[in-house]
Amino acid sequence: MVPNSLTKKRGGKPPQTRPLPPPPKKKQKKEFIPEPQSESEEEGNITEEEEEVEGEETDGESFSDMSSDVEDDEDDDPFHKDILGEEDEDHKEEGSDSDSEKDDPETKSGKLEVKKEKTKVEGGLETKTDIQKEVDELKREFAEFQLPTKDELEEEKLKPDLTNLQKRIKEIVRFLSKFKDLRQEEGQSWKKSLSKAEGPSRKDLVAQLQLDLCAYYGYNEFLMGVLVEMFPVTELLELIEAYEKPRPICIRTNTLKARRRDLADVLLNRGVNLDPLSKWSKVGLVVYDSQVPIGATPEYMAGYYMLQSASSFLPCMALAPQENEKVVDMAAAPGGKTTYLAALMKNSGIVYANEMKESRLKSLTANLQRMGVTNTVASNYDGKELPRVLGMNTVDRVLLDAPCSGTGVISKDESVKASKSLEDIQNCVFLQKQLILAAIDMVDANSETGGFIVYSTCSIMVPENEAIIDYALKKRDVQLVSCGLDFGRPGFTRFREHRFHHSLDKTRRFYPHVHNMDGFFVAKLKKMSNMKQPPKSLKPSETVEQAVPVDSSNDEKIQPEVKSQHKKGKDTIQVNSGSTKTSKPKERRPKRKFPSREELSQAREEKRKALRKKNSKPIGNVDE
Amino acid sequence: MRALDEAETTAVFEKLFKFTGNNLKNIIDKESHEGPDKEPGRYCFRLQKNRVFYVSESLVKRATNISREKLISLGICIGKFTKGGSFHLTIQSLNLLADNAKHKVWLKPSSEMSFLYGNHVLKGGLGRITENTVAGDGVVVFSMTDVPLGFGISAKSTQDCRKLDPNGIVVLHQSDIGEYLRMEDDL
Repeated sequence: MVPNSLTKKRGGKPPQTRPLPPPPKKKQKKEFIPEPQSESEEEGNITEEEEEVEGEETDGESFSDMSSDVEDDEDDDPFHKDILGEEDEDHKEEGSDSDSEKDDPETKSGKLEVKKEKTKVEGGLETKTDIQKEVDELKREFAEFQLPTKDELEEEKLKPDLTNLQKRIKEIVRFLSKFKDLRQEEGQSWKKSLSKAEGPSRKDLVAQLQLDLCAYYGYNEFLMGVLVEMFPVTELLELIEAYEKPRPICIRTNTLKARRRDLADVLLNRGVNLDPLSKWSKVGLVVYDSQVPIGATPEYMAGYYMLQSASSFLPCMALAPQENEKVVDMAAAPGGKTTYLAALMKNSGIVYANEMKESRLKSLTANLQRMGVTNTVASNYDGKELPRVLGMNTVDRVLLDAPCSGTGVISKDESVKASKSLEDIQNCVFLQKQLILAAIDMVDANSETGGFIVYSTCSIMVPENEAIIDYALKKRDVQLVSCGLDFGRPGFTRFREHRFHHSLDKTRRFYPHVHNMDGFFVAKLKKMSNMKQPPKSLKPSETVEQAVPVDSSNDEKIQPEVKSQHKKGKDTIQVNSGSTKTSKPKERRPKRKFPSREELSQAREEKRKALRKKNSKPIGNVDE
Repeated sequence: MRALDEAETTAVFEKLFKFTGNNLKNIIDKESHEGPDKEPGRYCFRLQKNRVFYVSESLVKRATNISREKLISLGICIGKFTKGGSFHLTIQSLNLLADNAKHKVWLKPSSEMSFLYGNHVLKGGLGRITENTVAGDGVVVFSMTDVPLGFGISAKSTQDCRKLDPNGIVVLHQSDIGEYLRMEDDL
């Protein structure tokens, strides 16, 4: 339904499969992947690689294969996405380059042919030399390139020169993206060439880039440091550029009151230029431009639609509430997600909309009433208190759109760039951990239709996202399930020094430069049982204390309880001596297998007799 | 949150009756569909912090464990009691009124915005009006595309409207959906 020309022209939201800014995306690929299907710009890279192969004269493996490998890698392996990790990746590539498939030289020529066709190169030799020249040129430049000295930096601080900064950023990115080529001599492995390096090291380049980006875009060092760690350079630049531009305005049809097509017609008549959002949403519309204020049309006031960013559709779609369920929205204001939930439930069941901040309650209630939502109870608790108020294990689904640092919505709120520090993040993380446990505690694992928790943030920071989910997986008996969103990048299963649970690839991440929506994170959890401990860390002592409702452990469970009663009784009556302590387990052990009442009472009787005898003896103050 | 006492109930019903006439019975007898229970029961009126809510019985039950200070809203808010003790319908009740309205007025597209800024409905902007409206009746105001825009009190009967000059007031403004934007804080 989306006319492509329109979306392109307006910089609107393209369907998710197509990346938003096509040219930069390709640039990014060029960086790591010798990609066969590419324009003249990228030939350099490819033929350079070809020459390497010829130099080695062993490699029959085609590059198309290689590149696909690498591409997979890029998808699966989050480590690949960070600059420093890139080194390892390069190693790998190099390794496979020289080691793998030292046979069938025929295929090699054949595949070269294919490549030539694909790249639409006429004279293979000519271009090869051209490209070799280009790389040589780059190498020369790189050798000449010098990072600014300390004095120069000081000077720059006093009077910043933006054009100079931009130039340097571009250069560094260019070097970093072809760093492997730069450091590599023909026919030599990457490792060897490291030793006789010319020009600045990768580390220095990255450090300088970080400084320059901070200065140019106005980020603080902490945030830029995190971003640099998360993304490869070219992607980093895309992301930062995407943060500079506003995201397209999005509206959600209120299906309680109107249908999308009717709404679109009415708005078109009012001079609003719009399109359906994307194939993944049946209720979203993108607004390109409008002659009337889109937030003040009669239809808006009548509650036919809600102004809402595309990313905030996602957690509701992931939660997928059913009719007649009990659903909790733990941080509801301003009600965009709550009203969506109510619409999905067709105003049946019940939605508890909670909001802690009093100042935001007005907007919540106004939106609820305007949208004609009638199945909602709005409350003003701290989210942590909710399990106490609504009861443990009582509701079917919980949506936790946690308060976060907001690093995904920098395009909306520029202050995030400079204001966030490590402390802020840690504060958020602490709160988020409390909230997610509260959310899990509220859900009833035995619910017929539900038992799900959706956790989302508008942050892209790993500690606020994957780490929280990982924490929840360790603390409660929950499992990650698929979000039901067929796009978005999988969450990190490992990041830097962190190793998360392997199922974290079921979570979804969304980025402004990839999906053209705010940076966002969604995870969907299924509660497996109502116990408070995760099942795998069952230590016998703990499970006994927890009174776990697991059938298999029932026998064991009952017996210790009896035992403890027993103990109490004895303690109150008389203090045990050391000798009884050792003798008791022997008596009890066989009985553990036969927990019938008669036998128990018999045993007690015997013990009492024995104790009475011993009571006359001097007493040691030993507890069991 | 508590049920209305007798005086309050009378005040609320009188106001509603003004707009809905005999359809008031529908409002009271309607089966509710909200709430997780198999049979959510009917709707009832509840008072919470001066506001009157029209809400499914099932929801009321579920909302009892939320303390009085912390409960913000439930179901549909239909109006509030002023400090002086009189009852005012608020704009949130519009959907309820629109579904059961006895007297209706449709506005020409040109005068929609004027009404949404809080002005009275003039003869010039009047598109249609239900027959046999009497001066002083409660009327619900719609756009020509049947979007409910607000409500008010008719100033002239249908008969008188015919002869009225274009600047004459037909409906006295009481409430309109523009209030969601104009006075979000007072709702």
